[in-house]
Amino acid sequence: METQQAHHNRQVLDNPRTQHRNGRNESRPGLAARRAGTQRAVKGAPWHSSETKNGDKDRVTNFLGWFSIGLGLAEVLAPEAVARLIGVDEERNRRLLRAYGMRELAAGVGILARPKPTYWMWNRVIGDTVDIASMGKAMQAYDTDPAKLRMAMLAVAGITVLDIASSVRLTSEKSPAAGHDPGSFQLEDPEHGMSVLKATVTVNRPVEHVYAFWKDPRNYAEFMDQLESVHPTTGGRSRWKIKSPPGMTVEWDAEVVADTPHEMIRWRSTEESSIENTGTVRFRRAPGDRGTIVTFEAEYKPRAGALGAAIGKILAAIPKTQLQNDLRRFKQLIEVGEVLKSDATAVPALMHPAQPSAPRDMEATR
Amino acid sequence: MKATTWEGPKHVEVTHVPEPEILNSHDAILKVSSTAICGSDLHLFNGFMPTMEHGDILGHEFMGEVVETGREVKKIKVGDRVVVPFPIACGQCWSCRQDMWSLCENSNPNAWMQEKMLGHHGSGVFGYSHLLGGFAGGQAEYVRVPFADVGPLKVPEGLSDEQVLFLSDILPTGYMGAEMCDIAPGDTIAVWGCGPVGQFAIASAKMLGAERVIAIDRFPYRLRIARERAGADVTINYEETSVMEALNELTGGVGPDGCIDAVGMESHAPGIEGLYDKAKQSMRWENDRAAALRHAIMSCRNGRTVSVIGVYSGFIDKFPMGSLMNRSLTIKSGQCHVHRYMKPLLERILNGDIDPSFVITHRMKLDDAPVGYDIFNHKGDDCLKVVLKA
Repeated sequence: METQQAHHNRQVLDNPRTQHRNGRNESRPGLAARRAGTQRAVKGAPWHSSETKNGDKDRVTNFLGWFSIGLGLAEVLAPEAVARLIGVDEERNRRLLRAYGMRELAAGVGILARPKPTYWMWNRVIGDTVDIASMGKAMQAYDTDPAKLRMAMLAVAGITVLDIASSVRLTSEKSPAAGHDPGSFQLEDPEHGMSVLKATVTVNRPVEHVYAFWKDPRNYAEFMDQLESVHPTTGGRSRWKIKSPPGMTVEWDAEVVADTPHEMIRWRSTEESSIENTGTVRFRRAPGDRGTIVTFEAEYKPRAGALGAAIGKILAAIPKTQLQNDLRRFKQLIEVGEVLKSDATAVPALMHPAQPSAPRDMEATR
Repeated sequence: MKATTWEGPKHVEVTHVPEPEILNSHDAILKVSSTAICGSDLHLFNGFMPTMEHGDILGHEFMGEVVETGREVKKIKVGDRVVVPFPIACGQCWSCRQDMWSLCENSNPNAWMQEKMLGHHGSGVFGYSHLLGGFAGGQAEYVRVPFADVGPLKVPEGLSDEQVLFLSDILPTGYMGAEMCDIAPGDTIAVWGCGPVGQFAIASAKMLGAERVIAIDRFPYRLRIARERAGADVTINYEETSVMEALNELTGGVGPDGCIDAVGMESHAPGIEGLYDKAKQSMRWENDRAAALRHAIMSCRNGRTVSVIGVYSGFIDKFPMGSLMNRSLTIKSGQCHVHRYMKPLLERILNGDIDPSFVITHRMKLDDAPVGYDIFNHKGDDCLKVVLKA
């Protein structure tokens, strides 16, 4: 009989993507597929490969599983012996010990059978708490041997530490199936030390039109809320100034480091800037002639020093929602020609009801 | 100027506020001649719509005279008499170009709020919470109308305010509700709720060729108007009769071919179901009470359509998904794409197919708006529709 594991292994070997990744086959996936005799089921469908890793449990967890079974068997089959061992009354505790034994058995089987026994490990932690509480109560009984029971409690406490450690580790681990499907879409994790913000919007205009708009950095301050102004200087450089608390001017120079017409523009702060900042905007045609998909990515890392740290704080406060709102305003500029105001949003600094503002409030915004 | 403002649950006032100004180049300012209180305004009035602020001007059904235009406004001019659709739409985005105006991608400055609650956002709406943009409404002396070349419809000479005012919302909404049922000859359509929108859904179902229309409500005066004015063939008072059994008997056991929910989030139900929903809603364990929707789904004929034009805000409880799935039902829904229907329905008014003014029961001055809200909310004095005049 073919075990599931063997079947799984063969699938992995047959999978051209896996071979490709393992470096055993550097040829194109299509060729490998033909050689392996597999074909896509749907014409035009992209390649998918999936593998699930049978979570290799660490030794501690495995030990705890077997420990549960051992203890459970003892408690179920020989509760009297267990009672004598831990120094409590045999008669009165038989049924309780049997019940605890059943619980241990269930946890043990769960831990050994499940690929990722997070639930059953926490179950053990709860069981430990119950055990310690029960023993604490038994300590007050007249016929208890306190020395033996103290030893038993110490032993349970030790096991509890292991149980908690293992449970916490399992909880923080991603499930073994997650992150192992190279064909599925995943959001990127930010690189170490860099904060990455990403937002995307679809605008109902051709890519040429949209690219031309982004080509002129003076447009940026019209829709990016955090920007005071962007002015082109010389040699493809521009001066960026952000809105900052009164008395503080934060500005830096940026240069365009990559520019592929109708595809992407990337700029980066210059060496001497107080901030390390990269912005990338990408353009691609939306499927079905539905305009242009614009993806904007901002990465920044404060440079050392007090100023750098202060700037970092301002920029770190920009949530993803705000970046998305920036792109929404950009979309309005492109599609409608201006950013729409409502009565409540016309005066940005105030919580304003949906009614016209007093003329003096409006003056303040002009 | 004077305006009707929301001052907390069950509390509206007519207060003095600054007059509107042109804020965007596509704006127009209207001097409001007539405005109406909508059934959906009662959701705001009763405090069931999140993100209302003290001082928000209410009203999304209004018409009036253009008194000022922004520099980009080309089609309408000062002096024009216009009726304004309640969704604000830019006319440029993909959704507007697809004729789905209430899904405009550019008209809600608070789109991010709606995205958090609904996943994606729809258009802005006049006087309907900050979630829908924070726009001042039209129950006021003046109102600012964004995208003035896109929404407002010029009213032909010779038509009264009362004949065209409801092109702003409830007539197109009722019509869309009927249209979504894909009515074929011989069809029976059931309409839950005989408020103004329900009345227009009934009338529209008839206009679109329904063989028989069944109207459901609990107020005898509303059921009477449904029969006598809107054209319903049969009415059911759900407090007297089991709706499901009555519909089965009326349709030979198969159920209506189209079921229209013209009730929305404050649905009433007799007995335990109604109590359950009221309790959960008051604890904020569900946003919306959905008894009518449940009944519409359960009653609908296999393979046909449930059309939802009543307003819902968030999450509902005990949704009969099994009934929907196993019986191949389709749910169609949406805030009305009013722009799509204004001209065709104006034609129908001009032809004499329908005179929407039949729903009006109360005419008041703007100053009396609080009284209007109160009467409408309590269905007192056989109130069906309140129109406020300048």
